[in-house]
Amino acid sequence: MTPPEHRLLKYLRREILPSTHCPGCGCGQVLNAFVNAIDDLAIDPREIISVTGIGCSSWIPSPYLKCDTLHTTHGRAVAFATGVKVIRPESHVVVIAGDGDLAAIGGNHLIHAARRNIGLAVFLVNNYIYGMTGGQVSPTTPFGTVTTTTPYSNAEYPLKIAELVATAGANYVARWTTYHIRKLIGSMKKALQKKGFSLIEIVSQCPVSYGRRVGLRDGVAFMQYFKENSVGRKKAASMSEGELEGKIVVGKLIERDRVEFSESLRRINEGVKSEG
Amino acid sequence: MQTDKARRYLSGLSGKVRFALGDEAAAYGALFAGCTFFGGYPITPASEVAETMARELPHVDGFYVQFEDEIGSIAAVIGAARAGAKAMTATSGPGFSLMQENIGYAIMTETPCVVVNVQRSGPSTGQATKPAQGDVLQARWGTHGDHEMIALAPNSVQECFDLMIECFNLSERYRHPVVFLMDGEIGHLRERLILPDLADLQLFPRGGFDPADEPGLIKPVQEYGKGQAVHITGSTHREDGMRDVVSQDVHERLITRFYDKIDRNRKNIVRYEERFMGDAETVAVCFGAASRPTLGAVVRARDAGLKVGYFRLATIWPFCGERLAAVGKQVKKILVPEMNLGQLAREVERFVNVPVIRVSKIGGVPHSVDEIHRAIVQETP
Repeated sequence: MTPPEHRLLKYLRREILPSTHCPGCGCGQVLNAFVNAIDDLAIDPREIISVTGIGCSSWIPSPYLKCDTLHTTHGRAVAFATGVKVIRPESHVVVIAGDGDLAAIGGNHLIHAARRNIGLAVFLVNNYIYGMTGGQVSPTTPFGTVTTTTPYSNAEYPLKIAELVATAGANYVARWTTYHIRKLIGSMKKALQKKGFSLIEIVSQCPVSYGRRVGLRDGVAFMQYFKENSVGRKKAASMSEGELEGKIVVGKLIERDRVEFSESLRRINEGVKSEG
Repeated sequence: MQTDKARRYLSGLSGKVRFALGDEAAAYGALFAGCTFFGGYPITPASEVAETMARELPHVDGFYVQFEDEIGSIAAVIGAARAGAKAMTATSGPGFSLMQENIGYAIMTETPCVVVNVQRSGPSTGQATKPAQGDVLQARWGTHGDHEMIALAPNSVQECFDLMIECFNLSERYRHPVVFLMDGEIGHLRERLILPDLADLQLFPRGGFDPADEPGLIKPVQEYGKGQAVHITGSTHREDGMRDVVSQDVHERLITRFYDKIDRNRKNIVRYEERFMGDAETVAVCFGAASRPTLGAVVRARDAGLKVGYFRLATIWPFCGERLAAVGKQVKKILVPEMNLGQLAREVERFVNVPVIRVSKIGGVPHSVDEIHRAIVQETP
């Protein structure tokens, strides 16, 4: 007897499976959380346009997610997605990409898209490393870490990308890890429903290119690490900077209701008198 | 393609005569062509294109978005085009350099869009407010990898409008980015512009096919929102859009088709203007701003009985090499007045066996008629 098909398989391009991500990678968990979120919300995948960049995390939706997809150049997904959303405001325009893509090369687009409050749901998968190119230091790699391009030690401090985006003006920002899968799904649903710019920083694991250099050799070790080192927003508020060193602060960073950008543009257009 | 509101507004402008800048004329050309999305970043001498679009787009149900840089601008333009809009950006040399990677993305994904480059004196910041024609080869080869290119160059304010319509039409027809290679001289020139009747314009529709083109080379645009889970990628891909980055034959087939769709339809894209060519023994080959003093110099030389011809390129890429090869058999010498150190001349040389004399001028000041006339007299027996 053939086992019944998994209820979420309909959201995937099944002919392409299995995934090419490495064993223990967090990308599969992110994809799992995302299809759970759209399933819970009963979003028709035909209403989703997925825009991605370059890197392992951009391969989460492209090609696995079965929806209209724009797989763009490195760092520019948010800018491409802005053009898509302005023309198709009725679509759920979703960006899934990594820390290298969104926080390094594409950092400026991210800041300004948040400032504009364009209605994108951005899921920044932060695995602390450039995984696809073999484990080079990224803007979120912790201080002191050994990577292929910091062979002695990383002399730079990591960027708090979610805090930056919240400050820049996004309507919704949260941070979770791949350990907090239920919270993550709930947060993704919020991000998908929110008008305006939303971002979830998803702290994820790369056992192959990052973990093996910091003593976290598989996915399970990472889950344990995320569980033990995550601190909720409320508790974190009463902790000193020193106490928070090396901790992952999880939860919602900001929620506001500024008018979404493409809606503002349309309101302006309606107000412009045309005499010809 | 245009909404009722847009058609009403543009029809209201039809027949109007304006004393307009080249930059403004280019913007109006885009609006009449059906452009509804402009993504841009301010830069001299192209800012007036952006300002005109920002003012006029709301009247045609369109959107102006100013980006954080030129990379974001071209990215959003391609995104908007994939989402169904006719879309464009306008910049100058420094911004054009920044756009090159995503121009390659537009080629690879066969996304119609128009990139205006109002050329200024470079390299780098150069003479930021001064005109030049130094991006002829960057327009052709600026992005990496094997590719073809379509680039048009106007030489009057009216042509900024007329050729902009062509830019959009060619872009839609060949599903290829088109570079509108203006220059600071033409962009900031003010002269008469007659806005045509919207109904008289032939606008190429998204997804159309022209029977004059070779079949099989231009694939239908896959539209979003039809439930087809369209997959668009800048990676090498199969015909169904799915990534295949390891097969030699898939890559060769894809890139060869991109090359062929332009090369084999060259005759439908190439536009040039010839005057006094019948008995010409010397010919001046030129484009854009440099063509205006060139024509003046050729007319003066003709008045004095010199057998000089005038050949002006409106399409820079693909190159009119076939016609120039024939010209090269007729004349004894070719002069190329251009506001760079010989970029067009270098291309002309590839097709002819007669001497190609550079009449270059850089430094932000256009040639005078005298300067070109002197060169003609010196080189004509």
